Amino acid sequence: MALVTKAGRPPSALRAAWRSTIGKKTVMAVSGLVMLGFLVAHVAGNLKVFFGSEEFNAYGHWLRTVGAPVLHHGWALWALRLVLLAAVAAHGVSAYQLSRRAARARPTGYVHRRARTGYATRTMRWGGVILLLFLVWHILDLTTGTAHPGGFEQGRPYQNVVDTFSTWYGNAVYLLAMGAVGLHVRHGLWSAAQTLGAGSPARDRALRAAADATALVLTAGFVSVPVAVMTGVVS
Amino acid sequence: MRLTLRVWRQRDAGAEGAMATYTVDGALPDMSFLELLDTLNEDLLLRGEDPVAFDHDCREGICGACSMVINGEPHGPERTTACQLHLRSFRDGDTIDVEPWRAAAFPVVRDLVVDRSALDRIIQAGGYISVPTGSAPEAHATPVAKPDADRAFEHAECIGCGACVAACPNGSAMLFTSAKVNHLNVLPQGAPERETRVLGMVAAMDEEGFGGCTLAGECATACPKGIPLPSIAAMNREWLRAARRTAG
Ligand code: HEM
Ligand code: SF4
Ligand code: FES
Repeated sequence: MALVTKAGRPPSALRAAWRSTIGKKTVMAVSGLVMLGFLVAHVAGNLKVFFGSEEFNAYGHWLRTVGAPVLHHGWALWALRLVLLAAVAAHGVSAYQLSRRAARARPTGYVHRRARTGYATRTMRWGGVILLLFLVWHILDLTTGTAHPGGFEQGRPYQNVVDTFSTWYGNAVYLLAMGAVGLHVRHGLWSAAQTLGAGSPARDRALRAAADATALVLTAGFVSVPVAVMTGVVS
Repeated sequence: MRLTLRVWRQRDAGAEGAMATYTVDGALPDMSFLELLDTLNEDLLLRGEDPVAFDHDCREGICGACSMVINGEPHGPERTTACQLHLRSFRDGDTIDVEPWRAAAFPVVRDLVVDRSALDRIIQAGGYISVPTGSAPEAHATPVAKPDADRAFEHAECIGCGACVAACPNGSAMLFTSAKVNHLNVLPQGAPERETRVLGMVAAMDEEGFGGCTLAGECATACPKGIPLPSIAAMNREWLRAARRTAG
């Protein structure tokens, strides 16, 4: 029988790429950029809180009706959620596998230790884990309302945001996580440019500056919301 | 100068190792670091002890043999090889820690000597070009643009010492591999194997158990030949290009 068997065939290009450390880094870079694109849109949306509850709540409503009447209510939002979920999973799995591999590649450390690399670079792995934990809390707090302080009201995100940032722990967790996002993006964006082959000696300063600026603007934007609630600008 | 050395002593690959402390009197600022170890070994031999085993060959910074981590830095505090490091970089009375390269792919053979043949196997996987043998080709037969020649030469400077791996928090060999890949891939002579070279060398690098790159940049700081960090981005570009071409 002329059956084509899988055995003995060279691994497909995609499998070979996934097995490579550069392939996994490429997955990290692309999924990271997808998440970063989301974060940029997210921070822009958050800033609408400064235009009052009506506009902010209307924006939340629009997220569910966008694409209508072609799409059913909430479909566009769910499509985005699925893409982001895939990105988080791909990013996390690659990060985990590469971290394990790195630990195996250096089983014995040096007796003479010295501080190595920059802070943002050193905290990528634990910072990423902090971001993942934050993500879970953030969704339970403001999307499902499961862990929300006070009465969570679907469709009234403005009030929900004010509730969360009226608690000390809501502010503490959020500010810590936004610091972690800034550090992660600072090294991550520059790093993704290298992984995807955009780095060169001539462009290095510009790439670093772009990553620093993106990280700074992102963090400042996110942080402005709890600060506004704390100072009473938003209430 | 009077220097205290704490040196990694390990009988063989299977043995447990530990740091041992020695004092060397009469070291001179003009001595190289290897001459300091020679002086220590002379003392040890006179006392009937085993000398410290360390790799060395050219002693002029071109062969890449002299692998040792000095005070936590591969090749020590200056951007050069251990054989070209001089004691004027230290102060009288200093205590200096000397350890072997640390990486799973570089098993310790004895004391400071590690087996770096993993790097040779990466070269075998594509760090060459196929040329007909015979008399030397006419020098102008294949024109090479000056910027390409410069880039090739910059990467050809890599001496395969492995300091980049020793410095990397992930034990990654990306800087070494990128030096070899870029050296040949920018030249017309390297063009026929451009794709198979980068795919083969990166696969060999992964197979040897080196870690992945997190762009920490420790490698480029440690490299005695100044192979720059963006060379890794250039290799990634080559790898992505080759992966796309062989897939499509
Ligand atoms: C789920 C939680 C997360 C974990 C566990 C995580 C972990 C990591 C780790 C370990 C790295 C590799 C660092 C390195 O190679 O130096 C990395 C890189 C990166 N991360 Fe994340 N991260 C997370 C979330 C995010 C988010 C929310 C973003 C979006 C802004 C992001 C964007 C990036 C980018 C762009 C890179 C660079 C990829 C590259 O090196 O080419 N990560 N992440
Ligand atoms: S890249 Fe630099 S540090 Fe690495 S092996 Fe080559 S010369 Fe040594
Ligand atoms: S002994 Fe040759 S480079 Fe140091």
